[in-house]
Amino acid sequence: MSEDREFRIGIDVGGTNTDAVVIDAEGSVISAVKVATTPEPIDGIRESLSEVLQGTDKTRVAKAMLGTTHPTNAIIQRQGLDTVGVLRLAAPSSLGVRPGAAWPSDIRDTVIGVSAIIEGGNEYTGVEIAPLDTGAVRRFASDAVAAGCRAVAVSAAFSPATSEHELRARDVLAAELGDAFPVSLSHQVGSLGLLERENATILNAALLSVASSVVDGFENALAAHQLAIDAYLTQNDGTLLTASEAGRFPVLTLGSGPTNSMRGACALAGVNDAVVIDVGGTSADAGILVDGFPRESTAAVEVGGVRTNFRMPDLISIGLGGGTVVREAGAGNGSELAIGPDSVGYAVATEALCVGGGTLTLSDISLASGRLDGFGDSTLVEDLEPGLVRDALNWVDEQVSIMSDRMKSSRAEIPLLAVGGGAHLIADRVPGISEVLRPRSYSVANAYGACIAEASGMVDRVYSYDRSSREECLDDAKELAANAAVRSGAHPDRIRITTVTEVPMTYVPGGGCRVMVKAVGPLA
Amino acid sequence: MDTLTADDIEALCLGATLLGTGGGGDPYIAKLVAHQALETYGPVAVVNAADLCPDALVLTTAVIGAPTVILEKIPAGTEYVAGVKALASYLGKEPAAIMPIEVGGCNTLLPIATAAEMGLPIVNADSMRRAFPQIEMTVFTLAGLPAGPLSVADEKGNQCVFETTTNQVAETLARTSVIQLGMANSISCYPLTAAQVAEHAIQGSLTYCTEVGRLLQAVKDGEVGAWERFLDESGSRRFFNGKVVDLDRRTTDGFARSTVILEDLDGLDATMRIEVQNENLIAFLDGKPAITTPNLICLLDCETFDPITTEALAYGNRVLVIGMPCAPEWHQEGMLDLVGPRAFGYDVDFVELSA
Repeated sequence: MSEDREFRIGIDVGGTNTDAVVIDAEGSVISAVKVATTPEPIDGIRESLSEVLQGTDKTRVAKAMLGTTHPTNAIIQRQGLDTVGVLRLAAPSSLGVRPGAAWPSDIRDTVIGVSAIIEGGNEYTGVEIAPLDTGAVRRFASDAVAAGCRAVAVSAAFSPATSEHELRARDVLAAELGDAFPVSLSHQVGSLGLLERENATILNAALLSVASSVVDGFENALAAHQLAIDAYLTQNDGTLLTASEAGRFPVLTLGSGPTNSMRGACALAGVNDAVVIDVGGTSADAGILVDGFPRESTAAVEVGGVRTNFRMPDLISIGLGGGTVVREAGAGNGSELAIGPDSVGYAVATEALCVGGGTLTLSDISLASGRLDGFGDSTLVEDLEPGLVRDALNWVDEQVSIMSDRMKSSRAEIPLLAVGGGAHLIADRVPGISEVLRPRSYSVANAYGACIAEASGMVDRVYSYDRSSREECLDDAKELAANAAVRSGAHPDRIRITTVTEVPMTYVPGGGCRVMVKAVGPLA
Repeated sequence: MDTLTADDIEALCLGATLLGTGGGGDPYIAKLVAHQALETYGPVAVVNAADLCPDALVLTTAVIGAPTVILEKIPAGTEYVAGVKALASYLGKEPAAIMPIEVGGCNTLLPIATAAEMGLPIVNADSMRRAFPQIEMTVFTLAGLPAGPLSVADEKGNQCVFETTTNQVAETLARTSVIQLGMANSISCYPLTAAQVAEHAIQGSLTYCTEVGRLLQAVKDGEVGAWERFLDESGSRRFFNGKVVDLDRRTTDGFARSTVILEDLDGLDATMRIEVQNENLIAFLDGKPAITTPNLICLLDCETFDPITTEALAYGNRVLVIGMPCAPEWHQEGMLDLVGPRAFGYDVDFVELSA
């Protein structure tokens, strides 16, 4: 990268707005815009790109990053999804649970054209459960075509450790269906947990058409501005996929929005470890950044009712926002407050007492207590009972304290980032929190988060600590993860290992241990 | 309860997670297996042992292996049927019914799939009515009934049948063979006559499990009075409402051990410590044993009332700790030597679960 080509463009397509920023090599925001998300999201991407590039020296732009909700919406709305042939290599094991067994029937009927469980897959030791039945793969290929499938998803038992059967099945499918026929392989998409990984692989295959239209649209929009630069999409762990990878692995981009927002907010505030609470009109979402990345959820994540094992940020959401409705229940005799979970939402700007509306909301409480200023007319809330204001604030403080506590992983005090339109509700002092930070340019945190994303590599496999020492196993896993990060575009000299998780296998002698390692580095 | 259908699975699964008392294996996959089997083969008749011919053969089935492996090697169903048939063939007698060995965790639901596939009834009984980590930890061992002969099977057609001298040896032999068979296998042990089951098993386990599952579901659904009903009818007692402030996990001898420290949220300035070996075994309130094995220590999420498994527990979790009485059949000579605190290496006396 030459000295004068150091700008990055970040674009984030959210449910309401499409944001774009241009930042320089130091991470300073050169230009930022916000436009409405369009029914056809590519239009919003084009528009935000045109606006953010006005007055920017395009020749200095080196890279562009896109975070988008397209694939998530496609799944939730069951729209634009391709019909998929589902092939599982695990028989004679696993016959007790068919592919798609726990899916909501509407998405199962939309997506799964045909499925088969055939002989293949591996044991935890790496030996074959059964030799791959290539004849059955060929028969499946013709069944898939007959069922009108546009793509195939292949999942083998223990493929994250031993991917050979999936690769061979792909070759057989290519011979039958042609090299261009899309095939998604589970070891490239998910981690251990066959059913969840298979689900993710099916969704991936179903999203390929949506993905190619997004990637083409993004690249065309860049080309329209004569930007012949590297294009990336952000994935849900806050790292990048090249545009061509994203075209093949769209499922990895699901849920990148909250991640970009949290990472952007922390980078703008200059911290790496913090609880982030985003208070909107209706709800407050809390997450935590550890070493600059969101902590990932251990629980299974459902997307459109389908259980997956994606690396999703661990988020909790409660009904606490600027528009949350406050009621006095049983007024008169030791009255108790009933707060939320209903909210006037974005109508807080017209419905709240302090703007002349008729609904007592948390924004009114915040204004009466002096936490909020620059919104509404404080004389309209000066008659509120001080006891009521105090009780409502106590409730808010307790909820905030509970959320930050649930996010923290130890007693150690860390900062809290209060962001979003309702962030004024968060007090300046929160138990267990070292300081409450309120970053300024938060409104474009999502797009900023996309801009600063790095490349990553991940490994998830079972080692035997008796066969080689724990240190040797961990070193091996770290090296594999680092190599994967370099393949994704990370600078080989600047890789760092961000997570090492060991899950010892109960009942297994020989020190069997599942090891998960992630390596991350800035783009080369 | 006369028959089990696919519609009964949810309540049974929730009850099984509760009776897993923090361990017992995630019943999610077992639930899917049972669901598919009931849809494929039809409902399963539920019978009492006393209603079977006294010398009829009752065979058990359960999963044996490592939870991490079972996530990849989903049950086929056939390995459970094969294990039962192998033992029946060795005994030279056809089984009249299938029985769960452990109503708690995933082993509650897998035998239902086996019964459906074999077209046999399931006996409304078991030998633990909670989860325990080893196959000798049963009321059958207390009654002097042998775990052997027993069978271990895989999904490929490999089967072995063992004659064993003690139930502890049965545990060791079964575990050893499983390591060679892929760590996701079936075990069929404690072959008994219906008369022996009627005399020595814990009766009504499946009904109990479904019932506590329904009671807890009502709590989850926010029904008025459901929490009190749940405690009353299960004979449980709420001991603590606290927040996880420390969590120490370690693995020794193949068991997932951990210590969980909870700080009180009711303003009582009290601390609870829970010792875990796969399952929650002892809860200390301010240093004094408050709930001890074999009584059940169940952690529920403060807001959703979902039972929390040890793997899912994390710093900052807000949990309710309840003590549930173990099945009355446990209270007989030898209980404490087999499943009391000292059987797990804790120098602590058993504490009655007084209301």
